[in-house]
This record gives sequence, structure tokens and C-alpha cells, in this order.
Amino acid sequence: MDFTFPKEYELLRRMIREFAEKEIAPIAEAIDRDEKVPMELIKKAAKLGLMGVPFPQKYGGTGAGEIGYCILMEELNKVCGSTATVIGAHTGIGAMAIYLDGTDEQKQKYLVPLAKGEKIAAFALTEANAGSDAAAIQTRAVRDGDYFVLNGSKIWITNGDIADVISVFAVTDPALGARGGVSAFIVEKGFPGFTVGHKEEKMGIRGSSTAELFFEDCRVPVSNVLGQFGAGFLTALKTLDVGRLSLGAGGLGASQQALKMSMEFAKSRYQFGAPIAAKQAIQWMIADMAIEIEALRSLIYRVAWMMDSGNMGRDFSTLAAMCKTYGSEVACRAADTAVQIHGGMGYMKAYPIERMYRDARITRIFEGTNEVNREVIARNLFRNIGLRLR
Amino acid sequence: MKIVVMIKQVPDTTEVKLDPRTGTLIREGVPSIINPEDKNALEEALKLKETVGATVVVISMGPPQAEDALREALAMGADDAILLSDRAFAGADTWATATTLGYALKKIGDFDLVLAGRQAIDGDTAQVGPQLAEFLKVPQVTYVRELAVVDGKVQAKRAVEDGYEDIEAKLPALLTITKEANTPRYPHAGAIITAYRERKVTRWGVQDIGADPEALGLKGSPTQVKRSFSPPPKEPGQIIKGAPAEAAKDLVAILRQKNII
Repeated sequence: MDFTFPKEYELLRRMIREFAEKEIAPIAEAIDRDEKVPMELIKKAAKLGLMGVPFPQKYGGTGAGEIGYCILMEELNKVCGSTATVIGAHTGIGAMAIYLDGTDEQKQKYLVPLAKGEKIAAFALTEANAGSDAAAIQTRAVRDGDYFVLNGSKIWITNGDIADVISVFAVTDPALGARGGVSAFIVEKGFPGFTVGHKEEKMGIRGSSTAELFFEDCRVPVSNVLGQFGAGFLTALKTLDVGRLSLGAGGLGASQQALKMSMEFAKSRYQFGAPIAAKQAIQWMIADMAIEIEALRSLIYRVAWMMDSGNMGRDFSTLAAMCKTYGSEVACRAADTAVQIHGGMGYMKAYPIERMYRDARITRIFEGTNEVNREVIARNLFRNIGLRLR
Repeated sequence: MKIVVMIKQVPDTTEVKLDPRTGTLIREGVPSIINPEDKNALEEALKLKETVGATVVVISMGPPQAEDALREALAMGADDAILLSDRAFAGADTWATATTLGYALKKIGDFDLVLAGRQAIDGDTAQVGPQLAEFLKVPQVTYVRELAVVDGKVQAKRAVEDGYEDIEAKLPALLTITKEANTPRYPHAGAIITAYRERKVTRWGVQDIGADPEALGLKGSPTQVKRSFSPPPKEPGQIIKGAPAEAAKDLVAILRQKNII
């Protein structure tokens, strides 16, 4: 057994940390305030190979696998939840769907420019009436010669208004339902009948765009069916499993930053003639944060290692749901504790803790609410002892 | 054109803490990095590679783990990396270090330009570059913050105390580079992975460079460190209280008493 990171990952982490601290941290407040991650920043990240970290180099990626990608999400979330969300939605779900289920031609055509960061990806599953109940999607795709014609709309699509390539899920056979009746499509933003609607204003991760997408007789070539026809729901679930692991890594980064800032503050803030770190109440908060962070780190990198070494097995989906659920909850608790330790300072916009608190909250909701993720975990556990729950 | 860049692996002094009791550096758990100004030297070499075309070779003398510094240099864009590692090299002062590097450069032979950082953050001597130039008997320009290679010559802007000197030197030449010269690039993420999984670091020992072992390492070092210590902490100052006019009088009296005025 060996829990050390190979050296390439240490250097990768150091490079990403330096990039995050020098190029992102100074503008993180502006990204939140202006509700925009500058394209310049994305271009800089692309130049360093940070838009395709998990993908093999033969597809334009970095070749750093899921471990490398978790390192990226961890380091980005230390400084800016918005930037992490934009790069995460692009890499971890948008492009990931094409990587997992695309044909080699599709990968050459779409994944290569996405992995190089020349183009931006999004993942479009959620609809107004299909959130946690993703199987209830209503967007329809009907075959017409060499094309599928898509009609319907998607909501809350991260990167929706900046994406060039979108993995879209639509019903191809209503009679079959989610299993067999849903297919995935690769949609380019220039396809006729595709338009972007309203952009949401959010509590946190404000620099990431969250948009509505409309498909009105949108014509998608048959060659752009992603994965097996009718098996789109499986593509979605598989992609979300991988995405959930990296979301947990994001929570790890956010909570570490909350702990680091809280400790620095507790050391330098004097009350009653001593640093507040001398108070047992503060010490217990710090200890609890640190315990959870260490447990989370072990979980995340073990699951990332499983994926990279091909030892995924049937429990992967359970473990990925645990990464997402635990990672988001540790991050939210750490952010809340950090605000408490910082007191009034933690509540003021002048200090990054306030932004970190707002950014953390979404992680318990998106990519499957934690309630849905707990259902996944419990159902898989019962399935292992022969009880199928629906 | 072949450019050879000297790099040294050093502890990241921004993360080094002093043991308050012994006054020595706590090196445990401190990350090792490429000496910052050596990175500036490497960046100059990589810029020349991109603008006028060059092969960039990086050399480091150090323990086996110095290989990490060389792999980082490969990830940044160096073409070849050579690690000079041998027990015979250990304990070298700047003179013996320059001698070792000099033999390695003689073995390489066909270099046009040797670049090194102005000085290392752990020793702060700024001696190895100049000593190496003397060993190789090539022109040297130190404290360089701008350089260009034109018509087989190197033109360099050299920082001196009260301004700059523009210097032209014939190749081959050795230049030491200051941090003002550039901002070193980040290594590309994919190049980091490749640097560790696919690239090669050549390792040379004393036999490979054909040097006299007596001239190297501790034996070849004319200087030796007798003792390392931290200067005693500064004593707290004295605050003179009272109305400004009175306090000024008191201050003058104290300064007179100490024969300062």
C-alpha cells in the first residue's frame, strides 16, 4: 500500500497552485462581482493544458487522469468557485460524456479541440420538470433522414451561453422511458434551431454562467448521436458518476482553504489578551474541520486512483456519490465554521470568506442533490444484498 | 546554437522556518525548487530557442533527488537534462562545484552559450557562474537583465550599482541572469506528465566527466564552512516618553552619551 503521490502529480499540483494564486486569486472577487470568468483567463488555462486534464494526450488532453483532474479541482476551488465551475462543467461532464461514450471520429472532431481548450463544452440534461427526476426529461428527438430533429428546452445549464459543443439528452422513444428511450446528442452552438435564453443570477459561483437552452426544430446529424442509440440515460449517469468524484475534490479544496484562513485568523486575532486560537471553542472547530478534511482527502484520492487504475468495479457509482455528498457537506460545514471563526469579518464582502460561504452552498444541490445521491448510495447497498429498490 | 543552462535545486526558502533553539534551518517537509534565478536563466534560453532556434541542455550537480529540478526544466521546454551526481562531488564549495560543472561542459564541448542564475537563494554567493567562466576560459557577463544573440555575438544589458552597461561578447560566453530579466513560464500540464513518464535524465558521475577526483567535492574545496549560526535577535528599542520638547532633549542626551553625536 502506498499513499504518496507520484512526483508528476506533485509538480502538477505546484504548477496549478502557482497559477491559481497568481492568475486567479487576485481577480476572484471581480469574477464574483461582475458575474463573469474572463475568457482571457480560460485562454491562459488552456495554454497550460488545464482544460483537458483527465483526457489522454492522443485526444489533446494532458494525460493526467482522474487523479490529476481531482488535483486541478482541489486547487481551483481553493481560490475561486466560479472558475472551478466553468472548467469543471466543461471538462468533468461536457467533454467527459464525449470521452466516455463517443466514437473515435467524434473524439477527434469534438474532444480534441475541447481538451485543448480551443472550444468550451456544456452538459445539458436538466429541464424545468426534470431535476432530481432526470428520467422525466421531455426534450424530443425525432429522426428525419440523416438528421434528428430536437425540440424542447433545458434549464440551469452551466456554460450554456459560452459553450461551443453541448452534450444534450433527449427522448427518442417515449414508450421505452429512461432505459432505452433516451439518447445523447452532440450539439454545436451553430446548429440551426439552437438558441440560448435567459442567464440566471445566482447566490454563489456567480462568475459561472447558468443558462436556458432552446431547441426549435434543431437539426443534429445522425453521426452526432453520442453513445449507443437509446442508451443516453446510461451515458448521463456514467458521466455524472465521474463528475461527482471531481465535485468532491472541489469540496476538499474549498474546505482546506476555509481551514487555512480560519487558522491564520485565529492566530492573529487577539481578544481578552490572547489569540482566539487559545480558546477551546475555536480549537474544537479547527480540529473538527481538520478531521473531516483528512477523511475526505483519503476518500477522494482512493476513488480517483480506482478510476485511473481501472479498478472501478460496480461500487464506483456508490463511492462517487459518497465523494459528492461528503465533499459538499464538508465544504459547507467548513465555510460555515470559517464565517463563525472570522466573526463580523467573515460576514463582510471585503473578505473572501463571505464569497466562499455562498459558493459552497450550491455543491449540495447540483449534479444530483445530496438527497438523490444518498438514495443512489442506499439503493446500491441494498442491491448488493439482493433487494432492488426503485 | 546550443545553450547549456546551469540549475541548482534549493529548498524553497519562502517555506523554510528556523528552529528557534538551534538557529538552524528546518529542512524537513520543505519543498525543493529550482533556484529562482536559474529559472530566469532557463527562461532566457527557452526564449532564444523560440526566437532564433537553439537546443537547450540543462545541467545540475546534486544528490539523486535533484533529478526533480531537471524534470521540471524538461517540462518547461528544455531538450536534454544531465544530472551530475556522485559521492565524489559531495561537500563541494563554489570552486569545486565550478570545476565539476566545467568538466561536464568540456565533455559537452560544442556549446555556444552558458547561462546561469545570478546566485542561489540558499548560498547567496554568486560565485559559481564567474568561476565556471574562468575554468572554461570564455568571456563572462554577470547580472544580465536583457540579452540578444546577433551575428554570432551576444549582446547583454548588465545591471551595475548606478546604471547599466551594454556589453557585447564573442561566443561561446557565460552569462549570469537576474530575476529582472523575465517571468519564467509555467510548465505545460501535459509536459509535466511526459517529463516524468517518458523523458530521460542522463546521469554522469566522476568517471563520465573524466575529472581528477582530487579536484572535486570536499577534497577539491579550498573553503570549508566551520560553523553556521543565526545572528542573535535584535534587542528591543527604547521608547522615550514625555512631551515632544522634553523627549527630544532626552534623546539628544542619550545620543551624546553614546558618542553618536
